[in-house]
Amino acid sequence: MEYTKEFLQGLYRTMVRIRTFEKTAEELFLQGELPGFIHLYIGEEAIATGTMANLRQDDYITSTHRGHGHMIAKGADTKKMMAELYGKKAGYCKGKGGSMHIADLSIGVLGANGEVAGGLPIAAGAGMAIKLKKTDQVVVAFFGDGASNRGAFHEALNWCSIYKLPVIFLNENNQFASTERVQETTSVENVSDRAIGYSIPGVTIDGNDVLKVYETVKEAVERARNGGGPTLIEAKTYRIKGHFVGDPTLYRKEKEVEEHWAKEPIGRFEKQLKEMGKITDSEKETIWKEAEEEIKEAVEFGRNAPYPAPEEALTDLFVDDTGYDY
Amino acid sequence: MREITFSEALGEAMYEEMSKDPTIFTYGEDIAKQGGIFGAYKSLLGKFPDRIIDTPISEEVIFGSALGAALAGMRPVAEFHFADFIFTGMTSIANQIMKFRYMTGGQPKLHLVLRGPDGVSKSAAAQHSESIETIFMHIPGIKVIIPSTPYDMKGLFKTALRSDDPVICFEHKMLYGLKGPVPEEEYYIPFGEADVKKEGKDVTVVTTSRMVHESLKAAKELEKEGISVEVIDLRTLVPWDKEKVLESVKKTHHLVVAHETWKRAGWGAEIAATVQEEAFDYLDAPILRVGERNVHIPFSPPLQDFVVPDKNDVIKAVKKVVGGM
Repeated sequence: MEYTKEFLQGLYRTMVRIRTFEKTAEELFLQGELPGFIHLYIGEEAIATGTMANLRQDDYITSTHRGHGHMIAKGADTKKMMAELYGKKAGYCKGKGGSMHIADLSIGVLGANGEVAGGLPIAAGAGMAIKLKKTDQVVVAFFGDGASNRGAFHEALNWCSIYKLPVIFLNENNQFASTERVQETTSVENVSDRAIGYSIPGVTIDGNDVLKVYETVKEAVERARNGGGPTLIEAKTYRIKGHFVGDPTLYRKEKEVEEHWAKEPIGRFEKQLKEMGKITDSEKETIWKEAEEEIKEAVEFGRNAPYPAPEEALTDLFVDDTGYDY
Repeated sequence: MREITFSEALGEAMYEEMSKDPTIFTYGEDIAKQGGIFGAYKSLLGKFPDRIIDTPISEEVIFGSALGAALAGMRPVAEFHFADFIFTGMTSIANQIMKFRYMTGGQPKLHLVLRGPDGVSKSAAAQHSESIETIFMHIPGIKVIIPSTPYDMKGLFKTALRSDDPVICFEHKMLYGLKGPVPEEEYYIPFGEADVKKEGKDVTVVTTSRMVHESLKAAKELEKEGISVEVIDLRTLVPWDKEKVLESVKKTHHLVVAHETWKRAGWGAEIAATVQEEAFDYLDAPILRVGERNVHIPFSPPLQDFVVPDKNDVIKAVKKVVGGM
C-alpha cells in the first residue's frame, strides 16, 4: 500500500505522544504525585495507533485498564486525561474514575474498564445499537490475552457472530495476564485460534508493526461497515513494563525484557520511515519536542487544577441526584 | 374500570412506549417467539419483530450489552429470565451498569431497564425462587421497582421506560396472572411514591410485591379482631418513600415490615433502622420483620410453605407488636 508522508508521520506522532504520556505518568507515579495505580501501554503503542487510524470519531471503542494509549489515539485531550490521573475536578471523570475508568463519550470511547473483559459485553451492545439504528458505525473492543479466558469474551464472540454485529475484537496479546504468562493460562497457541469456534475470521499479526495493524484492522472495519460481521484480531506484542507501576516483576528476567525492547514499535517504525525517506531527523525531533511540550502542559494543568470538593462525592450517581439517602 | 392481568399491564406499557419511542428494544431468553417463560410478553407476540429479540443464554452479555446499547443511543430492556440467574451476569450489572455513570463523572444518561420474574412459585426450588431485590438497594446505582398490582406494574414500567437512570424491575411470578383495574388512558407512576393499599390506625405494615396481597389478607382477618392495619406498598425501593412511612408510623405508633426475601439483612431491616433513627419517640413497641427463614427455598411443598412467609406470619407479627410484645 502507498502512504502519504502526512499519514505516516501522523502514525509516528500518535505513538510518540502515547509514549511520552506514559513515561511521564510513570515518573509522576514513582515520585508519589499520582494516587492509585496505573498500567502502562509502553511498547504496545502501535496497536492503538494503527487501529484508530481506521476509525471515525463516531465509531466506538471499549478500552481496558491499560487504556491511556487507546484514549490518546482516539483523540482524547491529554490535559483532561492527566487531570483525571491526578484525581482533579477538571479530569475526564471529575476525579471520580481515575486512570482505569477514563471515558469520553463525545469521541466514542465507551470507557476504559477496571474489569478484565468488562468492555466486551458493552461493545456487543453498542454493536446491537448500530445494527438497530442501521448506521455504518463500527465498534472496536480492545482486550488482553487474560480477557480471552473469561466467559464474557466467549459470550460476546458468539453473540456478535450470530447477530453479525459490526464489532472488531482486538486482542492485545502482551504475553502476560498480570503476573502470569499467556502460555501457562491459555489453551490455544494463538488467541485468534478461538475465532473458529465462533465462525468468524481470526488472524494473528505482529502488534509492534503499526502498518500491519493498520492494514489488518482496515480490512476488518470494511467488512464490519458492510454488514459482514465481527473479526477477531490478535496483535502480538510484549508488555515492556510491569503489570502496574511498581510491579516487582518476579516472574521474568530483565534480559527477556531487553530482548523485547529491541523490537519496540516506535524505533522500528522510525527506521522504516527513514528507509522510505518519509521522515527527516529534524522532523522527528520536532515531533518528539512537540509531544514533550504537550505532555508537560498536561502535567502543569493536572498538577495545578483544584481537587473536587469532598461533598462532590455525592453527585453523579443518578441524573436526579437529589432526594436520595447519600 | 376494565380489568387486565399483571402481564398484560407490562405488555401494554411496553407497547405504548415502543410505539412512541423507536429506540426502545427488548431482548432476552424465550421472549420473542414464546412471550416469556411466564408469559410476561404474551400480549406482545408478533409485534415489533425487529425490536423484540430472542438471545442466547449469555447473561454477562445480556446485561453488559444493555449498557453498551444505552451508551450508543438506544433504550434497551433486557430480561433476566429468573432473578436467580442475575448472578450469572451480575458483574455486568454491579461492576458496569451500576457504576458507569458515577465512575465517569456523570457523563451519560443511562436509558436502560432490566426486568424479569422473581420470587417463589410452586416448588421451583432453590435456583428458581429467589427474591434478591435487597442487593440492588444495597449497592448504589440502579433504581428498583417492585410492583404488586397490574395498575402499578403499568404505571411504574412506563416511568421506567422514560427514566434517565438504569432501572431494575422485579415481577413476582405468582402475580403475572393477577387481574386488576387499569384505566384505558395512559398514566405514569413516579418512583419514590408509596401507595397506601389500605388505611388503618393501629399498626403500619410496610411491604411490596406478593407480600402486599398477603398483608391485605392479614389485615382483613385482623380487622375482625378489632386491629386496624395500614398496608403501605412501597412500590419502589430505590428511591423509597420515607416520608409516607414515617407519617404512617407517627399515626399508628407500630411498625411491621413484611417481604418475601430473607429476613436477615433484607430491605425491611433498612426501613426498620431508618424509622427508629427518625421516629423512635413515636414507637410504642419494637419493630418486627417478616421475611423468609434464612435458608434456601426447598422443593417439597410443606418445606417451602414453612420457609416462605404468608399472611399468617404477618398476623403473628402484628399481634405481637400491638399486644405489647
